[in-house]
Amino acid sequence: MKLQTQYLIRLAEKGVRGDGRKGEEYRKIEIEKNTIAKAEGSAKVKIGSTEVVAGVKMDVGEPFPDKPDEGILITNAEFSPIASPEFETGPPDEDAIELARVVDRGIRESGAIDMKKLCITPGEKVWMVFIDIHILNHSGNLIDAAALAAVTALKHTKIPEYDGEKVDYENKTKPLPLVHLPVTVTTAKIGNLYVVDPDLEEEDVMSVRLTVTTKEDGNVCAIQKSGPDGLLLEEVEKIFKLSIKKGNEIRKL
Amino acid sequence: MGILLKKKERELVVPGEEIIKSMDYLPGRNCFREGDSIYAKRLGFVSINGRVISVVPLSGVYIPKTGDMVIGEIKEVQPTGWIVDIKAPYDAYLPLAGIKEFIDTTKTDLSRVYDIGELIYARVASVSGTSSVHLSMHDPRCKKFKSGRIIRINPTKIPRVIGKMGSMINLIKTSTKTRISVGQNGMIWFEGENEELVAKAIKLIEKQSQQEGLTDKVSELLKAGSKGDKNEKD
Amino acid sequence: MKRIDGRKEDELRPIVMKAGVIEQADGSAFVKFGNTSAIAAVYGPRSLHPKHLQIPDKALLRTVYSMAPFSTTERVKPGPSRRSIEISKVTRYALEPAVFLEEFPKTGIEVYIDIIEADAGTRTAGINAASIALADAGIPMRDLVAAVAVGKINNNYIVDLCGKEEEQTLCDMPVAYMPRTKQITLLQMDGDITLDDATKLIKLAIKKCEEIYEIQKQALKKRWMG
Repeated sequence: MKLQTQYLIRLAEKGVRGDGRKGEEYRKIEIEKNTIAKAEGSAKVKIGSTEVVAGVKMDVGEPFPDKPDEGILITNAEFSPIASPEFETGPPDEDAIELARVVDRGIRESGAIDMKKLCITPGEKVWMVFIDIHILNHSGNLIDAAALAAVTALKHTKIPEYDGEKVDYENKTKPLPLVHLPVTVTTAKIGNLYVVDPDLEEEDVMSVRLTVTTKEDGNVCAIQKSGPDGLLLEEVEKIFKLSIKKGNEIRKL
Repeated sequence: MGILLKKKERELVVPGEEIIKSMDYLPGRNCFREGDSIYAKRLGFVSINGRVISVVPLSGVYIPKTGDMVIGEIKEVQPTGWIVDIKAPYDAYLPLAGIKEFIDTTKTDLSRVYDIGELIYARVASVSGTSSVHLSMHDPRCKKFKSGRIIRINPTKIPRVIGKMGSMINLIKTSTKTRISVGQNGMIWFEGENEELVAKAIKLIEKQSQQEGLTDKVSELLKAGSKGDKNEKD
Repeated sequence: MKRIDGRKEDELRPIVMKAGVIEQADGSAFVKFGNTSAIAAVYGPRSLHPKHLQIPDKALLRTVYSMAPFSTTERVKPGPSRRSIEISKVTRYALEPAVFLEEFPKTGIEVYIDIIEADAGTRTAGINAASIALADAGIPMRDLVAAVAVGKINNNYIVDLCGKEEEQTLCDMPVAYMPRTKQITLLQMDGDITLDDATKLIKLAIKKCEEIYEIQKQALKKRWMG
């Protein structure tokens, strides 16, 4: 689709995007909480027609030897073939792995979950938090949608009762100790235009993108550059500031 | 400017290294311009020819060019031609129209002309932008190799094996009384009285290609080698 | 501040770089930063199979990062892990801006990076080695790519973290950089730092990449000048 590529780059030169948005404009974001009854927490996030579900399941397990008094966080993403003609069955590919790892880093490094509070018996039993991300429709910018779905799901997660032997999934009362709200913002470069929330068409055209996860205090928790081009320092600085600004806006939703 | 450039000639550069900041020169092979400067695109030695600056590479795989003579191995016999492995990123195709003989495909099996595994000396007839390489045997130098031996060296060293106006290869040919066909793709075929010495000479050139006085060194090797040969015969 | 291994804050570990270490490869390099060692080999451009992988107007750059089982304290299970798959991907994007891929349509250029010893900074060591190996293979490039990780311990910005420092640092930020074009080609970070920290760390990484670039250049020239 060389023609479309050239068209979008020409548009970008005029500061316009294919769907008429401004560079700093997200598509419409819709968040639905607790959409899956059986999960300890869940959320469905739509950004434009991109649709992602994140579910949180919890279980009791052994802590890692180097962190005996902390809970465990495991993040996984499935790119189901229902969501895009490009997705194939089989084990997660590099894109699914990268997405899960970037989402994981944002939550882990920001200290969003108070992991110490998830300790049951130090060195023996801790809560394990599994975040599973499922893509329902891939229309671009999966990372931001997935990260938002994951954090929203965590925000509404209730810990099941545990009597020392069995987890009682029927009774969930205590909320998960969520202390921070990291928000992930992806900016792509098309021609000389920086656009947040690239859609599918823009993802095909972009030369490079930078994903930045920030906290409510403006701190940066995770960065991931992707795409076959480089960025100048000034460009990175500009995107950092934009990410904080957009992150604050999204956090209010 | 002239003096500055003199210093640059034969200087070893790495990719991305600035060779000169000037609009008076043009980027030639393995160079590119960005802004006012000309930069090296590949690892190699700077070469200046008039206003054209290029880099003579030291390494790299063979990239076919129209007019090159190459040695290739028949990989596949097709209904109207042959797929030939020329040790390049792209397989080459020798169409029926590219050979000297007239073949009636209804009567003759093409593998009788060139069969899988056979080696040919062919000319690159065309290289199209989409990376399809066509060969031709319409050149007096072209042939099928039935005997002799082959060695393979890095294709970037082939110009040194040939030498200025063929001086190096002729030196080897005459002093060893050996027939040699050089492929630009790094494949060299030879057959004759002193094949071992030819192999030694070629390996020497490959190893010391960027050193001064290479012709003298090769000529010494050849002299010593052919003397030793005579002694054996005595 | 004195660092665990006695280095200054902005001091790199002892570095060894050597081009042309694998005879069979079209290009290769060995890179060592302290107790982190990486070997990279480049094959190609060569014909690419299966055919559906071929890109009509450029070469496909493939990067495979892997850790030798004996490279760390705890044995690394052989075969790709989620971590190595992600690193392979970011490494590809770190190198791709440097390569004139458009010169070899439909072919493949393969870069293999093996970590022989790991004491933090393996992906950056791998990128340094791969960049030398690509140049050594005669691949047309816009620039070399230099890389280093930076971090922050007790209000101090430090470069080229070793394993022990990686456990203490407030953030780990690997950066790859092309000194001529001034482009950042790898940028990752995990931690919890201010915007100001992040910017200062990137600047520090860039400064060190410029030093590393000179060592890469020397390694390439040394190979061919004897």
